[in-house]
Amino acid sequence: MSSSEFPIMPRVHYLNADYGIKSWLLTTDHKRIAWLYLISITFFFSIGGVAAALMRLNLLEPQGMLVEPETYNKLFSIHGIIMVFFFLVPSIPAVLGNFLIPIMLGARDVAFPRLNLLSWYVFMTGGSFVLYALIAGGVDTGWTFYTPLSTLYLNTHVMAAAGGVFIAGFSSILTGLNFVVTIHKMRAPGLTWFRLPLFIWAMYATSIIFIIGTPVVAISLALIVIERIFHVGIFDPALGGDPILFQHLFWFYSHPAVYVMILPSMGVVSEIVTAFSRKKIFGYHFIAFSSIAIAVIGFLVWGHHMFVSGQSIYAGLVFSALSMAVAIPSAVKVFNWTATLYKGSISYEAPMLYALGFIGLFTIGGLTGLYLATTAIDQHVHDTYFVIAHFHYIMVGGAVMGYMGGIHYWWPKISGRLYPDGWARVSAIIIFVGFNLTFFPQFILGYLGMPRRYAVYPPEFQTLNVISTAGASILGIGYIIPLIYFAWSVRYGPVAGPNPWKATGLEWTTSSPPPTHNFEETPVVTEEPYGYDRLAEEIQVA
Amino acid sequence: MPHAFPLFPQEASTLAPAVDHLFYFLTAVSIFFSALIFLLVFYFAIKYRRRSKDEPPPKNQVINNIPLEVMWTVIPMILVAIMYFWGADIFVRSAQPPNNAMEIFVIGKQWMWHVEHSNGKREINALHIPVNVPIKLTMTSQDVIHDFSVPAFRMKKDVLPDRYTTEWFEATQTGKYHLFCDQYCGMGHSLMRGWVYVMSPGDYQRWLESGVSGATMAAQGETLYHQFGCITCHGTGKGPSFNGLFGKTVKLSDGQAVVANDAYIRESILYPTSQIVHGYPPIMPTFKGQVSEEEVLQLTAYIKSLGSKERNTGTP
Amino acid sequence: MIASRRKYKLHNSQAVVAEQFDDRTQQHEASSLGMWIFLATEIMFFGAVLTAYTVYRNLFTSAFEAGSHLLNAKIGALNTAVLICSSLTMALAVHAAQTGRRKRLMAFLVSTMLLGGVFLFIKFFIEWTHDYKEGLAPGLHFTYAGPQAGHVAMFYCFYFILTGIHAIHMIVGEGVMAVLLFMAWRGRFSEQWYNPIEMMGLYWHFVDIIWIFLFPFLYLLGAHF
Repeated sequence: MSSSEFPIMPRVHYLNADYGIKSWLLTTDHKRIAWLYLISITFFFSIGGVAAALMRLNLLEPQGMLVEPETYNKLFSIHGIIMVFFFLVPSIPAVLGNFLIPIMLGARDVAFPRLNLLSWYVFMTGGSFVLYALIAGGVDTGWTFYTPLSTLYLNTHVMAAAGGVFIAGFSSILTGLNFVVTIHKMRAPGLTWFRLPLFIWAMYATSIIFIIGTPVVAISLALIVIERIFHVGIFDPALGGDPILFQHLFWFYSHPAVYVMILPSMGVVSEIVTAFSRKKIFGYHFIAFSSIAIAVIGFLVWGHHMFVSGQSIYAGLVFSALSMAVAIPSAVKVFNWTATLYKGSISYEAPMLYALGFIGLFTIGGLTGLYLATTAIDQHVHDTYFVIAHFHYIMVGGAVMGYMGGIHYWWPKISGRLYPDGWARVSAIIIFVGFNLTFFPQFILGYLGMPRRYAVYPPEFQTLNVISTAGASILGIGYIIPLIYFAWSVRYGPVAGPNPWKATGLEWTTSSPPPTHNFEETPVVTEEPYGYDRLAEEIQVA
Repeated sequence: MPHAFPLFPQEASTLAPAVDHLFYFLTAVSIFFSALIFLLVFYFAIKYRRRSKDEPPPKNQVINNIPLEVMWTVIPMILVAIMYFWGADIFVRSAQPPNNAMEIFVIGKQWMWHVEHSNGKREINALHIPVNVPIKLTMTSQDVIHDFSVPAFRMKKDVLPDRYTTEWFEATQTGKYHLFCDQYCGMGHSLMRGWVYVMSPGDYQRWLESGVSGATMAAQGETLYHQFGCITCHGTGKGPSFNGLFGKTVKLSDGQAVVANDAYIRESILYPTSQIVHGYPPIMPTFKGQVSEEEVLQLTAYIKSLGSKERNTGTP
Repeated sequence: MIASRRKYKLHNSQAVVAEQFDDRTQQHEASSLGMWIFLATEIMFFGAVLTAYTVYRNLFTSAFEAGSHLLNAKIGALNTAVLICSSLTMALAVHAAQTGRRKRLMAFLVSTMLLGGVFLFIKFFIEWTHDYKEGLAPGLHFTYAGPQAGHVAMFYCFYFILTGIHAIHMIVGEGVMAVLLFMAWRGRFSEQWYNPIEMMGLYWHFVDIIWIFLFPFLYLLGAHF
């Protein structure tokens, strides 16, 4: 349509509807809350990233090039705590989920907008505790807080860090609650469950995990804090406590948490792959149900973190079997995305590069998970760099690439502006190359036996460590460039118009940026999502 | 130059080739599927690239194919089932030490490994073992959770406070292999390392007998048996006798039956009220805080030496 | 009085529908579902602690029974009765709101708050104070010298954690009820809109049900009468 030739910004939209710091800090508009989260998690990501940079620099030399082991222990702890709880877990849900869910549903806002704002404040409160722990001298428990180390043997700021994560957990719970109610109760007329975009299915499954899992880790950390304050022996073997109980309670949440971190990205990939191949998704129902299956089965596999913990071999065998099972729905999704590309009309803008990168890297990450689910192999590679490589392939090669793809895809909607796609493609490629160079050598290091959380290591591991650090520097550059061009685009980017990608989906029917109430009139939905086949027919008929 | 850039640690135990072969299978499957996906994605992305900016969406879109969905669900299920059962088989065998395994005892503490052989010989951050003999390590920690890991043997196990864990392996090649602590344990975690020395039987015997300052573990245990006054009850009938006790099934006062193994003996010394033997009064005092983990192991060795239901467990 | 009531009487039936909702039904259904989901998270929260408690109970049965025996089951039973009554008054408050009877609603809210207050008073100033004085407060003042004292201490750890977290939930509930009481006094509720009272009812009943689990788990299992 001709309006896309010369797109214009709407005169009033959610970004300029109100001015002043109060209108941002006291907003109940889900879109503004998404911005609050965007800025916060970018901030936390940079801190976690700096920690990673220092770690990789230190590992250039077997004797540790940069820091003492005590400092190194604090670096990997803060890296894990911040990246998991203050970047990955909130990333897509709190930024893209908050922004898009009401719009994709045809609603004016989430079910509980004030609760949404409270979520952000709770998140920032938790983050402040962790920042305090960092500034006051650091914490060195690892992000896993294993007992009795964290309760009895460390003098660092364990309570502040554990307390910060505990508080931030409530942010997840409230967000999950909000999303589930919104998705159930606030769909536009005609928007039945199987007409929902797959992003919504992914966010729904994620929210289930938020609701069921987060309270358990909250209790686990609360018990640590109670043990430290009152010197009671909940996990102290000398007083009858069982340190392995902590591991069970901790991993009961923390394993589903990794599905919290990947499911939203998978939802993003479903959206991008269809838009940039201009095709209906292949196997919609299979992808939707796979999301739910991953969430459900994901609650049953936590013991695969504990194969060598002294847990019984029978428990190990059961958890191994279930861990194999949870891989299957993920595989089904990868095949369905690939099949969506078949006979599509594919373009290579940055979002698509990220989505295609995701498919490849998530495949590798997921397959390497099978090694860890296989008891006999895990016995060798548990707590080595093999595990680190595996989860970074999923978290960074998967989740972060999905997040970056989503930010690029919906940036025109969020900001009303286009970013420079040339630079974006270059960054995506730099990230892809840097990432593989950083983490692939770590599979080898792990099988060779290099343990994780080691500040110093035997000299024969040096070559692979140097390669990994080289890759990390490239990866870092790849992340810095988008910061620059996104900031640039807010002021100087070309106006995007309502639908620069010519995609289907309710979010593309409203202006960019949308008005505060998202739609001028409540949309009515009459067809299935990804209606590119109907578009094709219409153009054919016309 | 295979050793300049190794991809695998040496295979130095009976377990190692089994694990490596399974690893090869998983790697073959992984390479196959990764390559398949990469190539398909690449191929489709190029073959079906959009040729003009205004190209309409494709017609006749295929969006469903149930047989395909079934196939790519069932085939992965079969493959992971193979991985599961193959791995489970190795895993179960690796968890059951042979009856004639030589016992060596490990105490981990921040940040070093104490190793004690049955003849009383001690070492720190090192483990000397003979080749081609199954070795069973009984391990405990004095503080936090550690992990005794020997990559060349493809084996590791967490070492827990106030509890025993065991791992076993049979070395197949002489040489020197890394020993790592593989569960983060605080400041000195990356320094809690050492070497496993696998020696020919003759060399091992010579090493074992050299520089042994004291008696065997069992003899030291006998000294402690008198020193701590255990004999006053257990040698007079007031408490259960230790003759032939080890490995026997013991009936407890609450009706349960347990096997008198290392863990049982340790628990009886440190937490005597938790498991009272049927027919005896609960009057045994605890020795927690008085007897060290090493002394518990020595007392256990002594009790084992008084005849057991198991076959003799290696070097006395 | 009548004038002030009229001032706040609701004329426009749309006045109390928040702007993200299309109509009152949607708002009502959304807040109900939201509260039920919140209660599900609370089940997981308490469930995790109760699981830990159960694990240790199985390991140290006789010590836990001894600890349980030292609690005063009669006072616990009294507290249970108090809390059940408060659920009754809460249900009556919801009914009063549903039928638009403002004074009754306020009366029953106050009764619920008072009964809740009685529960908390007994919990903190009779039970906990007594336990502290008797040397049964691990970490603060624990002097129990019987067999397996360490495991009895573990029991009391969980006793204080469980009843403490429960008490926190009650205190939060009291606070919210105070707000609702104020709103009721200002005439904000009517037969057309009493959502918050209903949600409060759900929450309060849930807090009651948690206690109905805690009471036998802590006071009754293994106790002798």
